[in-house]
Amino acid sequence: MKHAAPVSSSRRGFLRATSAGAAFMLGMSAEGVLAAATTMSGGPDFVPNAFIRIGRDGRVTLISKQPEIGQGIKTSLPMVIAEQLEVPWRDVRIVQADLDTARYGPQGAGGSTSTPTNYENFHRLGAAARMMLVQAAAESWGVPVAECAADKGAVDHAASKRRLTYGALVERASKLPVPEASLVVLKDPSTYTLLGTRVGGVDNAAIVSGQPLFGIDVRLPGMLYAVYAKCPVFGGKPVSANLDAIKAMPGVKDAFIVAGTPNLNGLRPGVAIVATSTWNAIRARRALEVQWDEGDGAGHSWADFTAQARAAASKPGATSVRKDGDVAGALSKSAKVVEAAYSYPFISHASMEPQNCSAWFRPDGTLELWAPTQNPGSGQALVTSTFGIPKEKIQLHIIRSGGGFGRRLSSDFIVEAAAIAQKVAAPVKLTWTREDDLQHDHFRPGGFHFLRGGVDAQGKAVAWRNHFVTFANRVEREGKSVLAPGSGGNLSGDEFPGRWLDNCELEQTALECRVPMGPWRAPGSCVFAWVFHSFIDELAHAGERDPLEFRMELLGNRDIVPGTGERGQPYSVARMKKVLSVAAEQAGWGKKKFARGQGQGIAFHFSHRGYVAQVAEVTVSKDGKLKVDRVVVATDIGSQIVNLSGAENQVEGSVIDGLSTMMYPALDIEKGRIVQSNFHDYPLLRMPDTPAKIEMHFVKSDYPVTGLGEPALPPLAPAVCNAIFAATGKRVRELPLSKVDLSWS
Amino acid sequence: MSTYTLNINGKTQAVDVEPDTPLLWALRDTLGMVGTKYGCGLGQCGACTVHLDGVPTRSCVLPVSSLGKQKITTIEGIGAKAQHPLQQAWQELDVPQCGYCQAGQIMTACHLLKQHPKPSDAQIDEAMAGNLCRCATYTRIRAGIHRAAEIAATGKGKK
Repeated sequence: MKHAAPVSSSRRGFLRATSAGAAFMLGMSAEGVLAAATTMSGGPDFVPNAFIRIGRDGRVTLISKQPEIGQGIKTSLPMVIAEQLEVPWRDVRIVQADLDTARYGPQGAGGSTSTPTNYENFHRLGAAARMMLVQAAAESWGVPVAECAADKGAVDHAASKRRLTYGALVERASKLPVPEASLVVLKDPSTYTLLGTRVGGVDNAAIVSGQPLFGIDVRLPGMLYAVYAKCPVFGGKPVSANLDAIKAMPGVKDAFIVAGTPNLNGLRPGVAIVATSTWNAIRARRALEVQWDEGDGAGHSWADFTAQARAAASKPGATSVRKDGDVAGALSKSAKVVEAAYSYPFISHASMEPQNCSAWFRPDGTLELWAPTQNPGSGQALVTSTFGIPKEKIQLHIIRSGGGFGRRLSSDFIVEAAAIAQKVAAPVKLTWTREDDLQHDHFRPGGFHFLRGGVDAQGKAVAWRNHFVTFANRVEREGKSVLAPGSGGNLSGDEFPGRWLDNCELEQTALECRVPMGPWRAPGSCVFAWVFHSFIDELAHAGERDPLEFRMELLGNRDIVPGTGERGQPYSVARMKKVLSVAAEQAGWGKKKFARGQGQGIAFHFSHRGYVAQVAEVTVSKDGKLKVDRVVVATDIGSQIVNLSGAENQVEGSVIDGLSTMMYPALDIEKGRIVQSNFHDYPLLRMPDTPAKIEMHFVKSDYPVTGLGEPALPPLAPAVCNAIFAATGKRVRELPLSKVDLSWS
Repeated sequence: MSTYTLNINGKTQAVDVEPDTPLLWALRDTLGMVGTKYGCGLGQCGACTVHLDGVPTRSCVLPVSSLGKQKITTIEGIGAKAQHPLQQAWQELDVPQCGYCQAGQIMTACHLLKQHPKPSDAQIDEAMAGNLCRCATYTRIRAGIHRAAEIAATGKGKK
């Protein structure tokens, strides 16, 4: 790393330094820490806004307002302020904010939005503070502001060779008005010294030395530990349980039924066990006998869902999401017609840190929460709507999450902890077991796509029809009972190649189910890209065309293609063609010769404002073992990479996550229950399957800076599957890949 | 409940727990040493890896009553100031994403470097196959182990 990590990356180091209550390790609020800092540095700090605090000792504290889930936002957004503020990164201390949207603005981490929604503003915040410090220095010297310049935590007056540190300017700067947004002067990007470099995560030192950091690490005085058993069938509830026997077990303090609510996204009914340690609670849980009312979800099975989907395929879709031209007519005139069915299973998020939350309900009716969440505001709102605890009586500490992937956008674990805490006269930590986590997720919906496409005599795509069979929960909306497709299970009419082909029909049928569904990294895109870019490859092959050339022709020559649907996004053809050509060129597309069993595949996808193209190179052994030898990724997320190391981490992580997800995990549903329970029957990719080479190219464009938690994942699966086809002639139409025979002779 | 005397990171520590309590939970809940992580409770993911007389062991399936006088080493014991070559390399190369599995990764890698001070990619893949990383930091873990081997050999890390 070019830049060393900040001196103290977390409030813990600071707490140790001030000996302010070691028992509260992760328990103190950000503002409490900052107030303590003020008293230490000999007078009030310079606090130009909610995100910057400079002490009289020159210490710079920056607030990270967004939840950190491994996407690196706790490092990257403060970097933006540090760049404009002209402070050396190693002198900066980062403190995680609590939930306080009135003070900090929205604080959810999802949809790769943290960067695009905060980037410009964070530049202005840093620059405004810098201008005030420069002005303070100019006034104290009696020289024009234009003769002064900020540099490494100080202001210089070159003409007189004078220099004042920011610490020395705190008093004077604090009295100055904050400049209006329109008057704030930002640095010229060509003068950036921090943005675009590789900076290590601010919590890395704590991570590698095992310091308390994650939600599950929270410890409070007199804390008790809870587990929570829910009905294995979704929508079911407990009728009775052997609570007296459970309460008599070692270390068990209490056991009780929580009635819950019918909302699949709310407080699900269950049985709570509270004990003196997590293990005492887990041991008792193993002896728990519950009579469940399973409800009508007990009839669900994946086999039945598959049969329903096939039956639906022979009929028109329940809803039409796009209808352009005359697909039937165009297909009848096509030189070649391709028909194919693609499917993929329900999967879990499986973050390494299982869901957990600590809660402390006090006699005065206040509730304090420590939550590893992506969605703190929503968690607080769910607690309020479920229990009637007013917002102002809830304090929520945002704690670092051991992985998110969209799982922690749901707040079930928060509302469960809140329910248990109200029955316990002590702080309590609820921990989900791995089995709970895998079987009671808000799952990525499975899906079925029934496709027909045609190419003309020149091998050009002329028609596309897709009937997408997806899953929906029945929910109440404005007093009406409606079917709501799961997150990522709702096809937009604008999904490529919708908007590009004159003859295009997209239809959707939703199967009603009780399976809870939620956003999974790049919702929708993470599977649609696989289906559509695999089928585009099928059409290219039918037209006897080069897959890259076929795609370039399909993208065409329009500049910006406007969005049409309610979720439509404008799509820059030029940006996509650029990343596609960069990936192809860097991979040596069309120039390399491959032996049978080896090949290249290509795909691109636009998601979460990012343009990404990938070329995969694979080797498939005769007995069907897949090895991904190389992945070349070209990414355009705008005019600036914030933290190059973080960006590379997100791209590499997305590529390998994409590969893992296509190769291994699948959930079966039988009798309304998830069959798999832990990593022995729900495998994920491990190091031996990791590609030897992942090459990353960032294409800068003159567009706003956008996020990278998601866009690099979707193109991986189709790039690999298209490479498998090139290598073996086998077309993968069902995931996971581990269930597909890839052997060849 | 019984009292068990454990040798952890060179210190003798007494814990009062039920005999079936896995070392993981004795460390985390009883002793407040939370660097060792719960991931699966089945010995499948490696997040809870500690050393037992220097050998990587899954603490989530290791009852405290089965322990004798073995020396237990946890992530807190290999370098509290983050100066072990692996800890230095992990920071230099910015290996962690969410970071949750990394204590277990480092404990496994630590043993690998003792066996093979200059491991090949194949040796790394084999040694590390028991440790899951959901963020998929595998390429950087590989690079981090190579870099740690270099730091250990030369005694030089970048500041």
